[in-house]
Amino acid sequence: MTDALLTAHGVTKSFGATPALHGADITVGTGEVLAIMGPSGSGKSTLLHCLAGILRPDAGEVYFAGQRIDQLNERARTVLRRDRFGFVFQFGQLVPELPVVENVMLPLILAGVRQAAARLRAAELLDRLELTGLDARRPGELSGGQSQRVAVARALVSRPEVIFADEPTGSLDSLSGQRVMDLLVDAARDQAATVVLVTHEARVAACADREVVVRDGRVSALVGS
Amino acid sequence: MTVSTTLLGLLEPEPSHGYELKREYDALFGRDRQLSFGQVYGTLSRLQRDGHVLTEGTEPGGGPERKRYAITTSGVSVLEEWLGHAEPPQPHLQPVLFTKVVLALLSGRPAGTYLDLQRAAHLERMRELNGLRRDSRLTESLVAEYGLFHLEADLRWIDLTAARLDQLAQEVAR
Repeated sequence: MTDALLTAHGVTKSFGATPALHGADITVGTGEVLAIMGPSGSGKSTLLHCLAGILRPDAGEVYFAGQRIDQLNERARTVLRRDRFGFVFQFGQLVPELPVVENVMLPLILAGVRQAAARLRAAELLDRLELTGLDARRPGELSGGQSQRVAVARALVSRPEVIFADEPTGSLDSLSGQRVMDLLVDAARDQAATVVLVTHEARVAACADREVVVRDGRVSALVGS
Repeated sequence: MTVSTTLLGLLEPEPSHGYELKREYDALFGRDRQLSFGQVYGTLSRLQRDGHVLTEGTEPGGGPERKRYAITTSGVSVLEEWLGHAEPPQPHLQPVLFTKVVLALLSGRPAGTYLDLQRAAHLERMRELNGLRRDSRLTESLVAEYGLFHLEADLRWIDLTAARLDQLAQEVAR
């Protein structure tokens, strides 16, 4: 593995009385594509959310690029997520009222980039993800695979250092899912972005450089630790 | 290799007779193909010749005298080595994997560890096939896809079994 970009030590997280993580440890290298696997309810999505600063762990430490991020306040974590991370979720979570190109531009606009520059960059990503000509469509007019590719374009548009993807192909058929994964991994590598991917599908995990398994709230020490 | 190592696995928890071993093998693993007595005694004889089992004496009964077989240290090593190595990922592995899991449970070994080892080996092979699928002409790509679909099915079985190890341990307990 190359230098560690993301590290979690002893991360514990419960939701009310329900424990999700019990002292999870994980390290993700710079530029690595890592798959987090595990059965339903194992805590794999919670781990991703803790690594991405979406959730604050109850105990343990999370570091990104040498900086401890689990103790940052909500505002600082929001800025971190906006400026340095990109996200792809199972259901693209595109804004239905906005055309495709504006969905992709959104992170840049929120970060204060000018419209023209944002539009140019969005068009570049749409081409890269084989969505040329679809910029004026609304999300409701796209297939599932196209929607997820728009979500990938949006996640990559601000050149984040890490892409967090939570079951990015979970709502797609096998072939569309494979295409989304191929494009996601290729585009991330083009930009030297690190990818942390949660999936229960072996096909998807096999697109990663390495996999870890989360079981009962801990990262398996045996596989890929 | 599988029949002989399976017999070693069945002998490890406690010494047993050929007849008992056949009965146990058939009950646990012989759904499609039960062992013949000739296979059992032939295999035990080879294992004895190679020093992996020994006979602990004979017991007189109503019929012919019965030999009681016990595993030796060398037999345990053979078994350990077999259990500790992932099988080369290929389609239709399930009977071997199932046998390994059951024998690990019977001997109190961490069956989940064997499944994890196998999962890692499968995913490594899937990564290779993924590379082939993407770099090759359609004909080769489709062959890679065939392998990927089969390995994917194996992995689903591995995950399902891993989730039910406690239940399986109870079911196969002697």
